Amino acid sequence: MSIKLTIMDQMTQIAREHGKALAPLHDDLVLLESGLDSLGFAVLVARLEDRLGIDPFTAAEDAVFPVTFGDFVKVYENGAR
Amino acid sequence: MARAEAPSLRRRAAHHSAERFFFDRFASARFTSLASATSLGGRLGDLAGRSVLLAASSQLTAALALIELDGVARRITILPPDVAPDHLAALIRGAEIDAVVTDLDPPPEALRGIPIRVACAPTLATACDLPAAFAQTEWVMLTSGTTGVPKMVVHDLAGLTAAFVARKPEAGVIWGTYYDIRRYGGLQIFLRAVLGGTSLILSSPGEPVSEHLERLARHGVTHLLGTPTHWRRALMSPEIKKIAPRYVRLSGEIADQTILDALRATFPQAIVSHAFASTEAGVAFEVRDGLAGFPARWIGQARGGVEMKVKNGSLCIRSPRTASRYVGTDMALRDEGGFVDTGDMVELRGDRYVFAGRRGGIINVGGLKVHPEEIEAVINRHPQVRMSLVRGKRSPVTGALVIADVVLKSSGESNDSASRQIGARDHALVEGDILKLCRDALPRHKVPAAISIVPSLDVAATGKLARRES
Repeated sequence: MSIKLTIMDQMTQIAREHGKALAPLHDDLVLLESGLDSLGFAVLVARLEDRLGIDPFTAAEDAVFPVTFGDFVKVYENGAR
Repeated sequence: MARAEAPSLRRRAAHHSAERFFFDRFASARFTSLASATSLGGRLGDLAGRSVLLAASSQLTAALALIELDGVARRITILPPDVAPDHLAALIRGAEIDAVVTDLDPPPEALRGIPIRVACAPTLATACDLPAAFAQTEWVMLTSGTTGVPKMVVHDLAGLTAAFVARKPEAGVIWGTYYDIRRYGGLQIFLRAVLGGTSLILSSPGEPVSEHLERLARHGVTHLLGTPTHWRRALMSPEIKKIAPRYVRLSGEIADQTILDALRATFPQAIVSHAFASTEAGVAFEVRDGLAGFPARWIGQARGGVEMKVKNGSLCIRSPRTASRYVGTDMALRDEGGFVDTGDMVELRGDRYVFAGRRGGIINVGGLKVHPEEIEAVINRHPQVRMSLVRGKRSPVTGALVIADVVLKSSGESNDSASRQIGARDHALVEGDILKLCRDALPRHKVPAAISIVPSLDVAATGKLARRES
């Protein structure tokens, strides 16, 4: 599964587990409007570390704060290289 | 420690003549005319000398009531929004509550037996007959994160305001806070705004980050405070560009270098500071040099009346700002030397102390403290679980997350016929089962983000699970 699909899959699952409605995911979606809250994102980053083997946020030298879903996916795609 | 009688909060608030407001998501209250107004329907007199529980549905309502109650009530116990209803009876008993100020209608079952009930409101009405202040009111704050009933911590107004009362009023300051003013960190900002003659923008539960930031921008926030988790979330919002505070502060969780640098870059014009405070220890210090941790030379020095020492790795504080005692329990809040042990572990790295987590494996998830034992107790209810260890995992979003290592019973060990099939069952199914158990029994931040089935757990010489200081 591609990085993007893995992220989408995990977001869907976490939203379900947390009882949140997930907005339709597209690159321009502002992450904070996706339906996941801070805890949801924290769980997402931890699960992606499990699945993809990277936590690009902790690994980054400079702080990264993605605003849109597209930015978020890019952080992982760049981290995986 | 006896302190000089100070004028009540209302008198000190009314002292400022500038037009100013409390704002929340839905309403605002002008408290310029506070000297002669009431939000308690003129019934403040009924509360004179009483031990009052303040159970307000909103921060705005709580704010107005607090200004009136100080100096009139013998004791104010402030109920934070997230206290479990089944703890109310114990709190009421422990604090010897004989009056309640509330806008909850109908009030929760546990509040109905309190002899005096006074309604509060987020609006002010003119009152002609307000009782004169006479009492040195005890302010009782609840701790967060304890297992079971929260502890009740006694402060007084002099101690609560000691960190800032000597400072000059700051012109043009508009305070904003992500904290709830019904907890220690938020109450600090509330009192600072009231006594400093400035407006205060309150947060509202469930308000989207973008709306909140827009509201902060609209009211012209200049000083904004929150936990590292609040700030990380705000930095993910495009609306962050709309605010331009000149002072931003973090506390309530470990402020790491990453978040400090990110705030520095986002608000180049602002002072970026992080502070250490707790309900019991009060405000201990503020760090303004942009670096994580604090200078090691501060240990053993008296700075602004605050002394610090490190005992068994834990930061201990002695100052006029610490709470004096607990109510409802005989437990000592300070040691013989007058120090409060914060349970926050520090490590010396070069010439600075940095925070290394909580003693006893307590996990701080976005400012909410989690006791591993509480979660382990839930996991251990599962018939196939032999033992479990809950620990923190570092998170770049919430500082930490809860994860669990679980040892399953071997087949034949359990009487439960279903669990004898363990060998045949997929671990993933058991993990799913345990998660469901946790979700049904625990608030969301306590549900493990991941469960690992492990062959064994380390047991220390004491026979207890080996917990690393996380």
